[in-house]
Amino acid sequence: MIWAVALSAGALVASGAYLALSRDALRAVVGVSLIGAGANLVVLSAGRLDAVMPAFVPEGASRLADGAANPLPQALVLTAIVIGFSLTCFALALVMTIRQRVGDTDSTGLRAAEPPAGADGLPAFPDDER
Amino acid sequence: MTTRAVLLEVVVRTLYPGMLLFSLWLLVRGHNEPGGGFIGGMVAVAATAVRAVATGSADAARRMPLGPLRLAAAGVGLALLSGLPAVVTGRPYLTHLWAELPLAVTSVKVSTVLLFDLGVYLSVWGALGGIAAYMIGLDERDGEVRP
Amino acid sequence: MNADLTSLVVVAPLLVPLAAAVASTVSAGRPRVQQAIGLGGAILLLGSALVLARAVAAAGQVRTALGGWDAPFAIEFVADGVGASLVVLAAVMGLTALLFQQDDTDPAPASPAFVPLVHAFLAGACGAFLTGDLFNLYVWFEVVLIASLGLLVLGKERRHLDGALTYFVLNVVGTLFVLVGVALVYAATGHLNYVAIAHATMADPYRVLPFVAVLSVGFLVKAGAFPLFAWLPATYHTLPAPALALFAALGTKVGVYALLRTGGAVFPTVAPLMSDLLGWVAVGTMVTGVLGAAYHWDIRRILAFHSISQVGYILLGIALGTPGGAQGALVFALHHSLVKGSLFLIAALVCREAGSYDLRHIGGLSSARPWLAALFLLQALSLVGIPPLSGFWAKFLVVRETLVLGHVVWAATALAVGALTLYSMLKIWLEAFWRAHPREDWQPPPGARPASAIAAAGLAAVTTAFGLWPEPVLRFTFMAATVLHTRP
Repeated sequence: MIWAVALSAGALVASGAYLALSRDALRAVVGVSLIGAGANLVVLSAGRLDAVMPAFVPEGASRLADGAANPLPQALVLTAIVIGFSLTCFALALVMTIRQRVGDTDSTGLRAAEPPAGADGLPAFPDDER
Repeated sequence: MTTRAVLLEVVVRTLYPGMLLFSLWLLVRGHNEPGGGFIGGMVAVAATAVRAVATGSADAARRMPLGPLRLAAAGVGLALLSGLPAVVTGRPYLTHLWAELPLAVTSVKVSTVLLFDLGVYLSVWGALGGIAAYMIGLDERDGEVRP
Repeated sequence: MNADLTSLVVVAPLLVPLAAAVASTVSAGRPRVQQAIGLGGAILLLGSALVLARAVAAAGQVRTALGGWDAPFAIEFVADGVGASLVVLAAVMGLTALLFQQDDTDPAPASPAFVPLVHAFLAGACGAFLTGDLFNLYVWFEVVLIASLGLLVLGKERRHLDGALTYFVLNVVGTLFVLVGVALVYAATGHLNYVAIAHATMADPYRVLPFVAVLSVGFLVKAGAFPLFAWLPATYHTLPAPALALFAALGTKVGVYALLRTGGAVFPTVAPLMSDLLGWVAVGTMVTGVLGAAYHWDIRRILAFHSISQVGYILLGIALGTPGGAQGALVFALHHSLVKGSLFLIAALVCREAGSYDLRHIGGLSSARPWLAALFLLQALSLVGIPPLSGFWAKFLVVRETLVLGHVVWAATALAVGALTLYSMLKIWLEAFWRAHPREDWQPPPGARPASAIAAAGLAAVTTAFGLWPEPVLRFTFMAATVLHTRP
């Protein structure tokens, strides 16, 4: 079981990293969320995976029965999934807005925040003027 | 909106209240069984999303009580408030309290946890429903769905 | 102190900004009400932060477990000197940013989402400073990230969207490193609480070393350390000025704080194994940051690269791994946040008076606006580290501790970087203030902007007071560093 989870987490992170390095911004966002899915698998497996009994406290008892799954990583992974999900939502909305403004999502064209030197028509160094 | 899919619109108009009711049922059921604020909220988001596809994103956002942003804020506010009764009664913040509310024949368990869960439900619906409606609206505005 | 009140004192700096964020979102339609809620929330936050700092000064540290759960399940909030002083800093910066927004000095247009996002940002930062739980730390990182992304896209222009995309991709990868690191530490120790982890890792540090390394890479991304800082210079200059001051003060400090906390208190036996590497990372950060600053002409981009360089000094203090180093790092973080925050506000005032952020387009401010020139000079010299300003004490503490421990190369680099800092501050001084304006018919625009001038000057007054009268801050931070390094 742990091998299957480890290999899946590795496969998710690897394919996510491949997509995240893509020039296309949409692919990069999908890639980052795939890496997030891999990270979530790691979180879930941090509490050991051998138990199969749901983590419910039996009627009348005050602690979990022996052999029940560890509830803490489940709570952690739920939190991580929700956060990752909302971040992915935000990023997809961002990329779609960019696509609507620019027409495509090729990230080589997205240099408005950091224009290359000289793009504003002024030399990068005053000495170039002379 | 360019073309209206009449069949879809009719089906969604009929299903919409049912989906919201189902999401509320999931919210209440989450107290002892699978379900809860987040999952209920997600079903409500799904209702908003199909509504946005069928009758337009503006209509879908208008049908969320208070509007998306304020709905989400109200949800966070409720969740924050649910921790305060504990402080008033001298316990650490967010210690949850239960009470039996007698109701004619039977009695209903009321708790601050439910208030917290309701907050989660509202903030999920407001935030993600708002984003879903916005994203569906992006393709509406210029009249055609881009490839 | 009363037991139930302790709980409230510790969590009030989280609840106040969260409640203010909610209230200001609901009142988004009425700008005046929203501004009042924003400012009121910030003042209340400052009050609760000061109350917390007083409680910490009396007791060393105060803690509370949310929901009354017991140790391994509870989410614990712990305020000690490090956390409390950074919470006070966050409150001061939040108040300043919102005060600055009061009149239209900021060249960026105002947005109804600004006040809620600022308060959400403050809540995230305060949560990170006060939590006693590793996973909770990750959650507050994400709160800060979401609020930052919201602030980044406020402008809605191409450069804002492009910058936000860069910021998103790089920072999410950073937080995923944190998440995986937290999960691996939990898998190895079975604990998330700082104190419990410290006990569990005491005996065999090598077992958790790789996991702590993963965690630290995430923190270094957040701190803007070399070579992982690309998100910082790509985005800072696209922000509206008050948000920029807030980012400069708190954005990188959350990551720096996490390194300081985990190095000093959570993994006290693991951190020394990585301290040499961290020291060289600090040196790289100092040098690359200051060289980047030397290249640029936009005042904000110069200052943004300086932020990276200054993070290097803080990392150097952390890398030393001694209480003295931690005190230096903490003092440097406080000093840098206040000075850099006020410099960014001064930059916005310069832009408003002279018409541009680009040094090649402006000039003549020393005669047209002498008070602004004096303010800039004061803060720039403090950044360089001229005695008796606050930067001197910060640099002195870090460099002295470095020399005491015998790291001559690191100390020499720190001093050389100080000289380069002076170069780029002089560049701003000469181009924006000293030389004549390139357009001969230039006149500064009429109209006074009292609120923003008060905001910038207020920060300058705080740092100058700290420089002239460092005793209380030094005593408090010394106590904080000692408590941080006390083995539980």
